[in-house]
Amino acid sequence: MEMQQFYYDNKIVKKFIYATLLWGIVGFTVGLMLAFMFLFPNYTEGISWLSFGRLRPLHTNAVIFAFVGNAIFAGVYYSLQRLLKTRMASNFLSNFNFWGWQLIIVAAAITLPLGYSTSKEYAELEWPIDIAIALVWVAFGVNMIWTILKRRQRHLYVAIWFYLATFVTVAVLHIFNSLELPVTALKSYSVYAGVQDALVQWWYGHNAVAFFLTTPFLGLMYYFVPKAANRPVYSYRLSIVHFWSLIFIYIWAGPHHLLYSALPDWAQNLGVAFSVMLIAPSWGGMINGLLTLRGAWDKVRTDPVLKFMVVAITGYGMATFEGPMLSLKNVNAIAHFSDWIIAHVHVGALAWNGFLAFGMLYWMIPKLFKTKLYSTGLANVHFWVGTLGIILYALPMYVAGFVQASMWKQFNPDGTLTYGNFLETVNEIIPMYWMRAIGGSMYILGALIMLYNVVRTVRSGSAVKDELAEAPALKKVSKHRTKGEGYHTWLERKPIKLTIYATIAILIGGAVQIIPTLLVKSNIPTISSVKPYTPLELEGRDLYIREGCVGCHSQMIRPFRSEVERYGEYSKAGEFVYDHPFLWGSKRTGPDLHRVGQKYNDSWHLNHMYDPQSTSPGSIMPSYKWLIINELDKSATEDKMKAMVTLGVPYTDEEITNAQAHMLAQGAQIQENLYADPDFAKNYDADRKYAQENGEDFIEMKNREIVALIAYIQRLGTDIKVKKEQQISKK
Amino acid sequence: MFKFLKGHLESITGIEIYPMISLIIFFTFFVALFWWVFTAKKDYINKVSKIPLD
Repeated sequence: MEMQQFYYDNKIVKKFIYATLLWGIVGFTVGLMLAFMFLFPNYTEGISWLSFGRLRPLHTNAVIFAFVGNAIFAGVYYSLQRLLKTRMASNFLSNFNFWGWQLIIVAAAITLPLGYSTSKEYAELEWPIDIAIALVWVAFGVNMIWTILKRRQRHLYVAIWFYLATFVTVAVLHIFNSLELPVTALKSYSVYAGVQDALVQWWYGHNAVAFFLTTPFLGLMYYFVPKAANRPVYSYRLSIVHFWSLIFIYIWAGPHHLLYSALPDWAQNLGVAFSVMLIAPSWGGMINGLLTLRGAWDKVRTDPVLKFMVVAITGYGMATFEGPMLSLKNVNAIAHFSDWIIAHVHVGALAWNGFLAFGMLYWMIPKLFKTKLYSTGLANVHFWVGTLGIILYALPMYVAGFVQASMWKQFNPDGTLTYGNFLETVNEIIPMYWMRAIGGSMYILGALIMLYNVVRTVRSGSAVKDELAEAPALKKVSKHRTKGEGYHTWLERKPIKLTIYATIAILIGGAVQIIPTLLVKSNIPTISSVKPYTPLELEGRDLYIREGCVGCHSQMIRPFRSEVERYGEYSKAGEFVYDHPFLWGSKRTGPDLHRVGQKYNDSWHLNHMYDPQSTSPGSIMPSYKWLIINELDKSATEDKMKAMVTLGVPYTDEEITNAQAHMLAQGAQIQENLYADPDFAKNYDADRKYAQENGEDFIEMKNREIVALIAYIQRLGTDIKVKKEQQISKK
Repeated sequence: MFKFLKGHLESITGIEIYPMISLIIFFTFFVALFWWVFTAKKDYINKVSKIPLD
């Protein structure tokens, strides 16, 4: 048979490897900065773009999309070419994929700290960047499918199915979750509101974990573990079952992020049932990965690549055991909103994604640079420092989670909360936050050791060149099944059909969940007293979004006695009908804010934002001094209201025309309330006098950002605030 | 679980069939999947699983 010669594109792989290393270290470092903010809340005081709320999305996006994303591309571009015995179809698309992705990351690294955020977790980037992501992602998919079509290997190995499913599903998720109405160049509102927005967001959020952090890495596992162990996967049949059942079941499980919330019960229970089922395919895959090392366990003692992979797969097993457990309502009642979740996601990210990426890099780099790894000893040091770092990170966070849950729920015999002050819990777990920061530091130290090792390896090696390979061309085979050919065998040589079937498999779950909630009105009972936000409150809400308050404060009181006692009446679905986007949050580093409206006076809020520790001793909230100084930008208020009208919020034309006047009036009222505080009156008047004497512009308090934020906070949850006396009189 | 489904969606006519359809899709999916897997030829399985090592 005639052999054809061609070159594997190694240069694109090298680029993605470098990007993985760079963004990995950036993402970890931002994470470490955040970890230290729990201990020294004000060490970036006064620098708005280095505040916790703005850096948190930068950390999650950098780790997920920059570090893991580049690792996926590096691994896919390396393995896909070799599994298909062909070069990537288009150099242009490969490079477009690379440079486009890096530009998106840079855009994220600039816009997120500046406060341009949609607030939807792992989808915080604003609409122009969302469009860029869609374009680059499609370029990746087209390049991949085109490569598959010109392959020299008839059958698509299981890793490629995982890559295909990743491409298709991430595209679907990204597009549907990012549907938003632009207001300005960098501001948009989610087209969904409240409960629907929450459901779509967590359908996305959960499946971003599934199809960005899991399926592509499973594909990489199915390629690189057999390569590193030099033996085929334990059971190829199991991998078929693993693939189809995983992608079919995963997509249904999203609502487990919203248990005990205002989401309709049927959707919650659907999420629980499928989450429990998920353990079967997940563990099937884990076992398949680990058993691939059967008869090669002696190599695990000496080969750092295999060590990293074994810990990665074990981490996958732990995280996917924990996932279904966390989806059970009784466990979720304890874990949700607590640091347990932080432990859970970091076992996944640090062990499964981080260590598999490291193992893969240690394996690929010497091959690409045609040399040996500079130091196996250093790689082993990295392995141990990293592993201990993960343990030291995760264990204290589990303890912290249990401490939080038990203290939040503890009652005295007389029926009052034992720890009525939220800060008692915070102060109790500070030692855990210390250990976590040390664990995280160790993990970064390991990554830096790897960086040094890689630099030395690259220097000792030769320049990366495209690699010559040869393989016979594919013979034409009938479109139909040949004699004796099994169904799946046939399907595997039909990449387009395979992709379509995989798409159908993931769409079924998505459709069952999303469509009824969007269509059936009875899912969200309307409450007549719930009214749209005033213009000033709307601006305040946008500040709440800009500052990333949702990163630490939930707005979702679950129907538990302990929460109703602490925060007030539990949250109802009908209260969120005008919330584009929803702001339920997923973590309570600070208390829930859904019923905080009218709980404190305006002066308290101003002082709290200026110096949180003065009103709440022991608080780990950073100060937000810039809100108190900055002038509120009211230039887009009318446009924002018009956008809301388009999305179904009933503002009248008159309200929109009078928006500026209304904002001034409401701001003036708050300014007057603030004057009740003699300290404020003295300082504020002194500031004004100083400005007048020096001929500086003076922004009146009623026109500053803080006033809008106070207006929003004072409104929160007040639409249906149930008065204690009313409750008593009803009885 | 069906109880919850019905309770919240009963405004749609003929919704009773919804859980039944779900169950059938699910059952068929996995029956078909295991059928493929168990009928796959051993030679083929061995050949494909060695692709990464070529």
